[in-house]
Amino acid sequence: MRRLSLFVLLIALLLSACAAPAVGTPADNQPQTLTVMTHDSFSVSKDVIAAFEQANNVKLSFLSSGDGGTALNKAILSKDAPLADVFYGVDNTFLSRALAADIFEPYNSPLLAGIPDAFKLDPQNRALPVDYGDVCINYDKAYFLDKDLPVPATLEDLTQPEYKGLLAVENPATSSPGMAFLLATIKHFGPDGYLAYWKQLRDNGVVVVDSWETAYYTNFSASSGKGPQPLVVSYASSPPAEVVFAETPLKDAPTASIVGPDTCFRQIEFVGILKGTRKLALAKKFVDFMLSLPFQEDMPLQMFVYPVNQNAKLPDEFLKYAQVPQQPASLDPAEIAANRDKWIADWTATVLQ
Amino acid sequence: MDRDGTSIDYFGGGADSASGKNIFMRRILTWLAPSIFLGIFFFYPLSRILGRGLDPAVLLDGGTLRLTWDVFLFTLYQAALSTLLTLVIGIPGAYLFSHFTFPGKGWLRTLTAIPFILPTVVVAAGFNALLGPRGWVNLGLMGLFKLDQPPIAFLYSLGAILLAHVFYNTTIVLRIVGNAWGQLDPRLEQAARVLGANPARVLRTVTLPLLRPAILAAGLLVFLFDFTSFGVILLLGGPHFATLEVEIYIQSMQMLNLPVASLLSIIQLLCTLAFSIFYSRLVTHVSIPTAPRAAEERLHPARTARQRVFLAGMLSLLFIFFVAPLAALPLRSVTRLEAARGQRTSVQSGLTLDYYKELFINRRDSLFYVPPIDALRNSLTYAGMTVVLSLAMGFPAASALAKPGKLEKYIDPFLMLPLGASAVTLGLGYILAFNKPPLALLTWPWLVPLAHSTIALPFVIRNLQPALAAIPDKLREAASTLGATPLRVWWTVDWPIVSRATLSAAAFAFTISLGEFGATSLLVRPEYPTLPTAIYRFLSQPGGLNYGQALAMASILMLVCGVGIGLIEAVRLPGTGEF
Repeated sequence: MRRLSLFVLLIALLLSACAAPAVGTPADNQPQTLTVMTHDSFSVSKDVIAAFEQANNVKLSFLSSGDGGTALNKAILSKDAPLADVFYGVDNTFLSRALAADIFEPYNSPLLAGIPDAFKLDPQNRALPVDYGDVCINYDKAYFLDKDLPVPATLEDLTQPEYKGLLAVENPATSSPGMAFLLATIKHFGPDGYLAYWKQLRDNGVVVVDSWETAYYTNFSASSGKGPQPLVVSYASSPPAEVVFAETPLKDAPTASIVGPDTCFRQIEFVGILKGTRKLALAKKFVDFMLSLPFQEDMPLQMFVYPVNQNAKLPDEFLKYAQVPQQPASLDPAEIAANRDKWIADWTATVLQ
Repeated sequence: MDRDGTSIDYFGGGADSASGKNIFMRRILTWLAPSIFLGIFFFYPLSRILGRGLDPAVLLDGGTLRLTWDVFLFTLYQAALSTLLTLVIGIPGAYLFSHFTFPGKGWLRTLTAIPFILPTVVVAAGFNALLGPRGWVNLGLMGLFKLDQPPIAFLYSLGAILLAHVFYNTTIVLRIVGNAWGQLDPRLEQAARVLGANPARVLRTVTLPLLRPAILAAGLLVFLFDFTSFGVILLLGGPHFATLEVEIYIQSMQMLNLPVASLLSIIQLLCTLAFSIFYSRLVTHVSIPTAPRAAEERLHPARTARQRVFLAGMLSLLFIFFVAPLAALPLRSVTRLEAARGQRTSVQSGLTLDYYKELFINRRDSLFYVPPIDALRNSLTYAGMTVVLSLAMGFPAASALAKPGKLEKYIDPFLMLPLGASAVTLGLGYILAFNKPPLALLTWPWLVPLAHSTIALPFVIRNLQPALAAIPDKLREAASTLGATPLRVWWTVDWPIVSRATLSAAAFAFTISLGEFGATSLLVRPEYPTLPTAIYRFLSQPGGLNYGQALAMASILMLVCGVGIGLIEAVRLPGTGEF
């Protein structure tokens, strides 16, 4: 009997949950809810969001859905009945997949005027650039100082015997910075030459791990994990993060990035309005908000990325400790999309097997 | 719950009953709740994603088939090896816990369950702090023997995978086999001794056969966990190793290659089904009901020299395997090693509570800041709901399985399937199944404990079923003959015997929910973070403070889990004293 009543309760709960989110026209003073689907690394200051919510009488609900690739795949799979109104966090390595799946509504935001054309990779403005960051090799300053070893300056240097076993990279099949670094080598050595380079890296003892977390915290010698490798594939913004999140105030960053030609790969992140949204006007306002100064200037210390808006001011930590590569590598998103799986498979066969 | 028990325990024994139709109806009722539950929250989402991805064309692609075969063989190989090692350590451990009293026993028992809940990232950090290139063991050895290179290369090897699997899963064997061993009727072994059998022969011909159902149940669970291993392979094995689950993740999440991912998922599910069927075949041959005893009856301190050697040996083994890697984390979370990095000469080290204090500060005013108390409350709420739900579903199911009819023999293997389903596949299935009315449940906070319950249910059933099967009908018949009502029979005969297994099942459900990350990360909303999601959030950004806070949060998770299990096991259930 009790089993039955528990069961009835469950069913009742189910039904009530199904019935609850009836979409209709809410009363004038009742705030509407705008749902934003994004990746786990998304972060923003409370007051910045509160200001937008108040100005537009809206309640923002964020749906974090795994890493960048996972979140995008979820958005693609649920495109017939979208889970959200806006999707933020597709990067240039996944952009073509998103555009091919046709999940975004085009939107010519007036704020695009303040963004350099180099970031606008979708001419139809279905995906609008929000931020960028450079995946670079970070090095442990103290290690190279102690050993009196010159810091490698180019991709070619990394195959030299004095750097044997010193570099930790991520598997491009499971990690987005790993993929970015692979793309940097493809840009530099060409689709026909990169495998030969990786063969040399393998012979020189490159350490491959599954994720950025493992590479940075388990393998990298300058992180708190105190690993064995003084070189790691991370971000150009990691040195300022080391200062911001230091246990005791630091005078200088313990790490720095190698910013030689093509040693860094530029990742650009985009936002798009999901097709099928019933709150198009509100979604457009939110996209404008993401491109406007309050949000753009809040991003660096929340997500450790650079704003695309030219007028946004950078925090001191970024100006002091982050290096900006003069010649970051980049590839055409269509070329990435067309070859992504093949490059990963060939890389796996060369480096792991 | 007690009345549930009353209504179901007599199905199997009721062959003599006149009302066959009544029995049939009861059976249907018993299975109604678990099957609707699993139907909605497991089979339906699974069928949605597999239906979406299925494409017979992949079966014609030679490259795909070769990849699948290689991955399958490695998955099988490492799972078999890991299970064997876990049993080799777990069975003597179960003997230790069911036969000896020693100081600190309760603590050690609780401690062995903690690995079960820890996120793999945290376990990897623990092993790294202990056995990594600059871990304490290597640093100690290098100092001792004046070595330049760390002598132990632990990470990224098959050895690391095996060790981590033993670390994670030994508790399953300790608990399931230990409970069964403690309740074996010692008179059977005594009789064999009196008849002249030596201890080895008694073990081989009496004890082990009697323990076989429990060993098989534990072995199956361990094997399935190893077979579907994901985090351990990625983090400790490194990218040179891939199991089916890892390959499913790569194919579905990174490549969006649903046909291949579906093929691999189906292979993994079919294997799970095959192992479960194999298990039920083995186990139905050997269900020997004995008169279970109170567990305390066998317990004694180590008396002979041989017993003392065994006790000391086992305890040091358990210490090396469990206490050392676990202790590495809380120790590291209160140790400052970081001051003045960059100037290596003046490294100050010392004890600090900074990481714990920092947990309570939202320094960057982030919208996604997780107050530790909130994460704790969410985790405990989910875990509590998982315990209630999975016991409510598991009790009737296990009772019916303990006296299996035809129906149960078919149902049994399917109940184990949630352990064989890839979390990634199921997560994507939830997206497809629950994103529109009438089942628009994706943002419903209850979905998390419901998902946890599908994973906990097989554990609850495998814990309860051997205990329920061990109850001889003649005890119940005797009580009935003496005039006890069915309720009283259940209360005085069944309950004392199954109460321990119930607690063990509750502890498993609790820990599974507390530590689960895969499904949670796919379903959870930022408003309801759990402790594991908070740990991952800290680890996703560079900086000493983030790392320290992640370890502090992990230590809190360990403490909560320890206290929870300790409390569950310390409960003196009403009624058990009468036995």
